[in-house]
Amino acid sequence: MRRAAEPGAGTAERAKLPSGAPGGEPVLAVEDLTVVVGGAEGPRPVVSGLSFALGRGETLCIAGESGSGKSMTALAIMGLLPRPAARLAGGAIRLGGRDLTKLGEGAMRRIRGDRIAMIFQEPMTSLNPVLTIGRQLVEAIETHTGVGRGEARMGAVEALRAVRIPEAESRMGHYPHELSGGMRQRVMIAMALALRPDVLIADEPTTALDVTVQGEVLELLRDLQRAFGTSIILITHDMGVVAEMADRVIVMREARMVEEGPAGELFARPKAPYTKALLAAVPRIGTGAARPHPRPAGERKPAPVALVKDLTVRFDLRGGFLNRVNRRVHAVEGISFEIAPNETLSLVGESGCGKSTTAKAIAGLVPYAGDVVIAGRNLAGLDRRQAKAVRRDVQMIFQDPFASLDPRMRVGDLVAEPMAIHGVAARAERRDRVAALFGRVGLSPDQMERYPHEFSGGQRQRICIARALALRPKLIVADESVSALDVSVQARVLALLRELQAEFGIAYLFISHDMAVVENISDRVAVMYLGQIVETGTRDQIFSNPQHPYTRRLIEAVPVPDPARRRRAFPRMDRDMPSPVRPLGDEPARLALRDIGDAHLVAA
Amino acid sequence: MIAYLARRLGQAVLILFGVSVITFALLYLLPADPVRQIAGRSATPETVANIRRELGLDQPFLVQYGRYLAGLLQGDLGRSYLQRSEVSELIAARLPASLLLMAGAIACELVFGLTMGLIAAVKRGSALDQGLMVASFVGVSAPQFVVGLLLLYVFAVRLGWFPIGGYGSWRHLVLPSVTLGILGAGWYARMMRSSMLDVLRQDYVRTARAKGLSRAVVLLRHALPNAILPVIAMVGIDIGLFMSGIVVVESVFGWPGIGQLAWQAIQRVDIPIIMGVTLVSACAIVLGNLLADTLAPFIDPRIKLQ
Repeated sequence: MRRAAEPGAGTAERAKLPSGAPGGEPVLAVEDLTVVVGGAEGPRPVVSGLSFALGRGETLCIAGESGSGKSMTALAIMGLLPRPAARLAGGAIRLGGRDLTKLGEGAMRRIRGDRIAMIFQEPMTSLNPVLTIGRQLVEAIETHTGVGRGEARMGAVEALRAVRIPEAESRMGHYPHELSGGMRQRVMIAMALALRPDVLIADEPTTALDVTVQGEVLELLRDLQRAFGTSIILITHDMGVVAEMADRVIVMREARMVEEGPAGELFARPKAPYTKALLAAVPRIGTGAARPHPRPAGERKPAPVALVKDLTVRFDLRGGFLNRVNRRVHAVEGISFEIAPNETLSLVGESGCGKSTTAKAIAGLVPYAGDVVIAGRNLAGLDRRQAKAVRRDVQMIFQDPFASLDPRMRVGDLVAEPMAIHGVAARAERRDRVAALFGRVGLSPDQMERYPHEFSGGQRQRICIARALALRPKLIVADESVSALDVSVQARVLALLRELQAEFGIAYLFISHDMAVVENISDRVAVMYLGQIVETGTRDQIFSNPQHPYTRRLIEAVPVPDPARRRRAFPRMDRDMPSPVRPLGDEPARLALRDIGDAHLVAA
Repeated sequence: MIAYLARRLGQAVLILFGVSVITFALLYLLPADPVRQIAGRSATPETVANIRRELGLDQPFLVQYGRYLAGLLQGDLGRSYLQRSEVSELIAARLPASLLLMAGAIACELVFGLTMGLIAAVKRGSALDQGLMVASFVGVSAPQFVVGLLLLYVFAVRLGWFPIGGYGSWRHLVLPSVTLGILGAGWYARMMRSSMLDVLRQDYVRTARAKGLSRAVVLLRHALPNAILPVIAMVGIDIGLFMSGIVVVESVFGWPGIGQLAWQAIQRVDIPIIMGVTLVSACAIVLGNLLADTLAPFIDPRIKLQ
């Protein structure tokens, strides 16, 4: 069942599949499934009256935002609901004529891993750190087949080869921490598919992975499905992944299904208002160009808010008999850029490329070499008091709004704290300013007395933005600040950031791995790889005319939220990213950037 | 690995040096006079002065310590003031009994502590969990001499299962080991429970369950090795705690170990023995910690010694 890239052919092929539609015998049927969690106010449904059927060899995507009940559905099918918090309140889950909800734990255990397998979001934590991957694969096979150790081992090696892990034989003896995230997720897939289950449930399988690795893993799932005829339930919040993978889509919201349909149909003609809103909120590459460029060409350049020159951050690693420094992590290697007032510069790149370290260096959170000049003042050579004054001009917004607010402080105090630290304004005046800030970021001032846990993720990120604004900074460093948010919330927070920029003329250093978001918000973009900038230019230069192979690969790897533009093959990385850890004295070569016109710089 | 061990042993020498200086200084500053103890109450001032000169106790602190250190570097722990024999011989004669007692106590700690913690974690929130945690709390808070006397009364005097005191067979070992180990067992039960609860929430435990593994395999193969790590680190520190416990327990049960030796020496201000026992204890603590740290990478491959 090879899928074609052309929409017409794709639809024709899919029509032949025994889908969940009447006619074909479904592999798995979920009928009127209801899952409740017992709260203080009595049981509350997290999945409510959900019914669907999964055809053989079909890929069914369950899409929805956090809290929509999609993961709970998966855990209910596996019989792995977190007890005693959550329990099945009704409905049936039929697999080959048996109702799984009626099975005892022993019978269910024989189905888990054998007939229905599952892979999870976090490959970094989903494998047991103290057991070799060989052992973890072999035990899955032994448990269900009763073959001997030797035969199980052969099966395990074969499964690792199937997921294209090089040198499968020797990898068997490795521990999970010796593998990259993408490799670990492949091991998880190998483990899940080793016994050729009827159904594979993949819960956000690529969300934690870099975008180039995401493409490889999705392609692998597609190829293996083709080879084994496995039915897949793919749970994701990413409409790009849905478009790339799904035969059929179920959209869930607040425990209920709001729409179901073939992927092409649902994307082209969404019926439910929620689906329409969800699809509209998805950031797409190519639409950002519609945003008017704030600085017409030819305008005289104002003095930069931030000027970074030859910024280098290295971390020492110790070892040997005397525990002396013998290696260094070359996190950032001599990067230079500047940001004008009212301008957004995005730093993009994959995990480990040094983008967050750059942000921390500018905010003064890690020691660095080179020059960071904020509003004309070089941070190097300032004493503590002077540096503190300069730092007022640079504020940060972090990725995780749940972890970056002290749970024991009222949110009003959290927002007022920077003013207190820098001795700005009297107490009463601070209160008024906090109230004004709350109003400005779309919260109400009477929420100031509450604690962070009473807010949703999007609201908390608004609180973080208010806190960053409190000192009226010239530069805000936003480190993956919208990555943890649902798309609809993400879109609103991005809009807020743009409004604030227009209003206060703040410059943003926007750090992100998400190319679609970057295209949406940036004026200029710098692409980082292994601690160095490989390409930089205006948004249009980078997205319309990417020159460096790495930039191209990053852009191509982003799944397009349109099933009609499904890719046949994903760009593949030949190998994992090289390590930034080097022995002393072995410094990486500095890339020379060449101007190919209009300040579009590309590494040779 | 070898570089690591060499460095740690180098640190150990420094620690022992520090311990020797501090202990020696404390004993020097002690108001009790060892010479009075040796000479007896009716001794003439001349006899006292003679003994003082003979033992070198009339010398200034630095000279006294210098002599002691010089002897120490040649492996000489000095002679007991009162027992008229080499300290090293006295310790060597009593050390095996104490090591045996410690081994028994560690076994008792691990067996009781880990089992209780594991069961409590698995049965979290049940009456069994609460009962075990109350028991562990009692174990942690009960003074050892009370526990020792209670065990003696119940199991030796009333039931007659074990001898009242002394040294020789495995029966003699049981009550002192339990007395010494019960404190640690309480701690371990609590640590194991919280560590296990933490591990049971981890993603890899969910993965193991999703593979269809049986409950026992999930608990013992996937959860236990991860949960046990902090406990292993504690065993090293515990050897230090034993040293204080051993003095009490050996006295209660008449166990002929270095705890009793130390106790007698303290009462009689027999400085060379006090120094010797202190240094041997410090050695045990340092080696215990080193052993625990060296074991950790065998349980968790992510830990690298460097």
